[in-house]
Amino acid sequence: MKKYSAFSLLRNAFSHNRDWPEAWRSPEPKPEYDVIIVGGGGHGLATAYYLAKEHGARNIAVVEKGWIGGGNTGRNTTIVRSNYLWTEASLLYEKSMQLWEGLSQDLNFNVMFSQRGVYNLGHSLQDMRDIERRVGANRLNGIDAEVVTAAQIKKAIPIINTSPAARYPILGASLQRRAGVARHDAVAWGFARAADALGVDIIEQCEVTGINRENGRVTGVETTRGSIRARKVGVVVAGNATVLADMAELRLPIESHPLQALVSEPMKPVLDTVVMSNAVHGYISQSDKGELVIGAGIDAYNGYGQRGSFQTIEHTLEAIIELFPVLSRVRMLRMWGGIVDICPDACPIISKMPVGGLYFNCGWGTGGFKATPGSGWVFAHTIARDEPHDLNAPFDLRRFETGALIDEHGAAAVAH
Amino acid sequence: MLLIACPYCGERAETEFSYGGEAGIARPKDPHALSDEQWADYLFMRKNSRGMHRELWNHAQGCRRWFEVERDTVSYVIKECYEIATPATSRDNQSRAD
Repeated sequence: MKKYSAFSLLRNAFSHNRDWPEAWRSPEPKPEYDVIIVGGGGHGLATAYYLAKEHGARNIAVVEKGWIGGGNTGRNTTIVRSNYLWTEASLLYEKSMQLWEGLSQDLNFNVMFSQRGVYNLGHSLQDMRDIERRVGANRLNGIDAEVVTAAQIKKAIPIINTSPAARYPILGASLQRRAGVARHDAVAWGFARAADALGVDIIEQCEVTGINRENGRVTGVETTRGSIRARKVGVVVAGNATVLADMAELRLPIESHPLQALVSEPMKPVLDTVVMSNAVHGYISQSDKGELVIGAGIDAYNGYGQRGSFQTIEHTLEAIIELFPVLSRVRMLRMWGGIVDICPDACPIISKMPVGGLYFNCGWGTGGFKATPGSGWVFAHTIARDEPHDLNAPFDLRRFETGALIDEHGAAAVAH
Repeated sequence: MLLIACPYCGERAETEFSYGGEAGIARPKDPHALSDEQWADYLFMRKNSRGMHRELWNHAQGCRRWFEVERDTVSYVIKECYEIATPATSRDNQSRAD
């Protein structure tokens, strides 16, 4: 791997940027791998990277039906935070946050991680009690969090409407200053390039059509580019988790829903932080290009169509206008949908499966992007050691039988 | 936005309805006889079909009655809307593969 640096930028400028090497190879699939990761999104690529880097695995393939980062990795609103309520969840997301903080250096790829803070607004006394409880829980877990007043919010975000006459007046917020945003495409590209440099084969345009098993153990996968044998298979396919589970005749507590987002036309900087509101239900930040990046909740129905219904978008924008009346005449540029895998307790499943050598990492629902590095890190550990790390042991599939659910619905600073 | 044909009221916009998830899940007659695995299967495990999906909708802002819809979860095209099949298992369940 040619290291990216100020010097390499300069050198390539002299050759009119015609000599940049490809960031990763496009190899033909080999007949056999030690580990196949199904799904070339951020989580899958991170898994392959940490398998190679932390566990010394070398014979790894990532198979992706489309192009890498073309699914939910490229469709989210890029928010990164770790202020979850329950200890199990907050420690998992905090591991991810710590990896984010060194990720650009680690990958030698600028993922534009910007710790600009995330405000989670409270609009009622009950909201504020929940916020105080969550901030307290976060601090006990060593995660930075503070409660701020409406006046402090107004000082930090002049365009926000903190009038007590608002329909849903803003009473205060929780603030995580280490939270922020990252460039989602760069995360996929950075992990792909770094994994490729460690020998991982990234095979795009290769859809898995079957999971081969013998005597209760996985033996490989059938793909649109032929069969590939493997000793272990890790599945990280977000909204299509059930489709893959069906191939191994397993049942999952997952339902796939469209989650829509949209961006406005680019404009001068108006918002230098991230604002989320549970009660009116919307979230917003401003990208480095100047677009307002806006999202909210899922469409109610099951769907795999990567689009949703218009009233969901309308509801999202009503929330944004409630918070920022000044944005009422901003024109929207693009809208899109991703397919999120919703779990009954709004927490992921990062787990061994009843089939030997088969592992699933799914159920991240609407909040997977923030977890990208941490998810890959614990999933790599789970696959390499054939047992979960302490951080993801509570996220076993069997929690739905034992009843040890980790209920982050609403508790996780924003409704899922 | 979906256009849903309530079997009682006719075609109405999706905003009049609430979604009830997968149809045809019968509550076990004797929950105490079930293992934890079977109970979890009833409570949490879902077909989540990619393709034809039998699902429940409630005409919340109309007649307030529940009914079933067969809908393609990729194209979102609705094939059929009909009164709830009774008992819940009397209609053939769609196979999980379709």
